[in-house]
Amino acid sequence: MTLTVQVFATLKERAGAPTLSLELAGPITVRELRARLGEQHPELAELFARALVAVNREFAFDHEAVQPTDEVALFPPVSGG
Amino acid sequence: MQTAANGLSAAELRRYARHLTLPEFGLEGQQKLRAASVLLVGLGGLGAPTAMYLAAAGVGRIGLVDYDVVDESNLQRQVIHGQSMLGKPKVLSAAARIHDINPYVEVVPYQTALRRDNALDIFRDYDVIVDGADNFATRYLVNDACVLLDKPNVHGSIFRFEGQVSVFWAKRGPCYRCLYPEPPPPGMIPSCAEAGVLGVLPGLIGLVQATETVKLIAGIGAPLIGRLLLYDALDMTFREVKLRKDPHCPICGEQPRITELIDYDEFCGTPGLHTHPFDTAAVPEITVHELRRRLESAELERTNTWLVDVREPYEWQIVHFPQARLIPMREVPQRLDELRQASELLVYCRSGARSAEVVRYLHTQGFKNAKNVRGGILAWAREIDPNTPVY
Repeated sequence: MTLTVQVFATLKERAGAPTLSLELAGPITVRELRARLGEQHPELAELFARALVAVNREFAFDHEAVQPTDEVALFPPVSGG
Repeated sequence: MQTAANGLSAAELRRYARHLTLPEFGLEGQQKLRAASVLLVGLGGLGAPTAMYLAAAGVGRIGLVDYDVVDESNLQRQVIHGQSMLGKPKVLSAAARIHDINPYVEVVPYQTALRRDNALDIFRDYDVIVDGADNFATRYLVNDACVLLDKPNVHGSIFRFEGQVSVFWAKRGPCYRCLYPEPPPPGMIPSCAEAGVLGVLPGLIGLVQATETVKLIAGIGAPLIGRLLLYDALDMTFREVKLRKDPHCPICGEQPRITELIDYDEFCGTPGLHTHPFDTAAVPEITVHELRRRLESAELERTNTWLVDVREPYEWQIVHFPQARLIPMREVPQRLDELRQASELLVYCRSGARSAEVVRYLHTQGFKNAKNVRGGILAWAREIDPNTPVY
C-alpha cells in the first residue's frame, strides 16, 4: 500500500512537492518512517530526523506505529520571526 | 459615587470601554491586563504587531528585547517601525510607537541580545514571555529559561508563507523541546533574510500570539497549550496538531538533564550573533577577491572551472555572474552527473550560507573540488562592486 506523507515549510520547498509517497507492506514505526524517507531523499535525511511527525493530527513519538491508511504530516522546525 | 474601577482612571475606563462591555472580559479582565507584565523577545515581524496590540489592549508593563536597529528591509512587515526610525534601535522605535498608542503602558527596553547570562534575570520580572526571535539558538534559550522559571512561552515562528504557533508551559503541557528535541543542522533552515517572507504572514501569526497572551492574562477561553497551530497563507489553511509532553524531555521530562541554561550557539552549531549566521568555515572556500582575480584572468574556461549559482531563478533574475550556471540548491542532488563534468566547482549564493551547505553536501558525494564563495553576492557588493544589486 502507498502511504502519502504531507510535508511542510522547508521540507516542502526542498522536496519540491507537498507530498511524498512511501510503499508499505504493513505498519512501521515513526523511526522507520523517518529512515525510509531519508533513504529516498538522502539530502533531506537530517530534516526528516528532526521534523515533528503528526499521525492523524496528533504528535507521534519515534516508537509509535504508522499504518498505511494514516494521515501523516511532517513539520520541520522553522525559526523565522 | 462608589466605583469598582480599582485603580483605573476615568480616562482609562473610556479607553477600554469595548473591553469593559465584554461580559467575559469586563473590568476584571482589564484590571488583570493592567497588573500584568509581558516580555517580547524580538521586535521583528512577529514582535511588531504583538507589541502594538498588547499596548493598545492595556497590558501594564511591556518589556522589549532586541539588539538590532531598524533596517529598510524590515519595513515590509515590521509595522511598529516607520521610515523616520531607520537606523535607530528597534527597542527605542517600538517604545516611541507604544507610547503614542497608549501612554498608560510602561515600556522597558532591553537593547541587547538575549543570552544565557542575562535571560533569567530579564525573564524573572515578567508574567508571560512572547517568543518572536529569528534564530534557533534564541528559541531554545527562551524555552529553557521559561521552563526553569515556570513561565508561559507564547511561541510563534514563520517561514516564507507558513507559520507555527503554540503556548508552551511545562507545568501544564509540553515545551518546545518536547516537539523538537534537536535543532536542525546549521544552514538547513534558512532565515527570513535567506528565504524571504511574505510581509503579512508575521502579522497574522503575531496576532495569534497577542491573542493567546491576552487570554492567558485574563484567564479566559481555551489556551493553545498542548496544541500546535499551523498556518499556510498560500492555501489559506489552518491545521492543528495535538501535542504531547515527552516524558523523556531533557528539560521538562521526568528526569531532567538540563537544570540550568546551556551554551545555545554550541547546541545549535551556530556562531554567536554579529558574525556569519552559519558555520561556513568547515567547507573549502574562496574569497570574492580571489573570485574576481579568476574571473578577470578568464582562467575559468581554461581550467574547466564551473561557477555555480545555487539560488532560485527569481534571484538569478535580480543579479548573477554572466559566467555562472544556475542550479538551484534543491536540484543539486538530481544534477550531480552534470556537475561531474567540471574540473572544479565554485559555488555561490546570496550570502554564502546556502552555497556552503551545497559544498558540504557535494563533498559527501565525492566532489573534493567544490569550493564555497565566502559571503556570496553580498560580499561581492560590499568588497568588489558597490553597484551590485543587493536584496
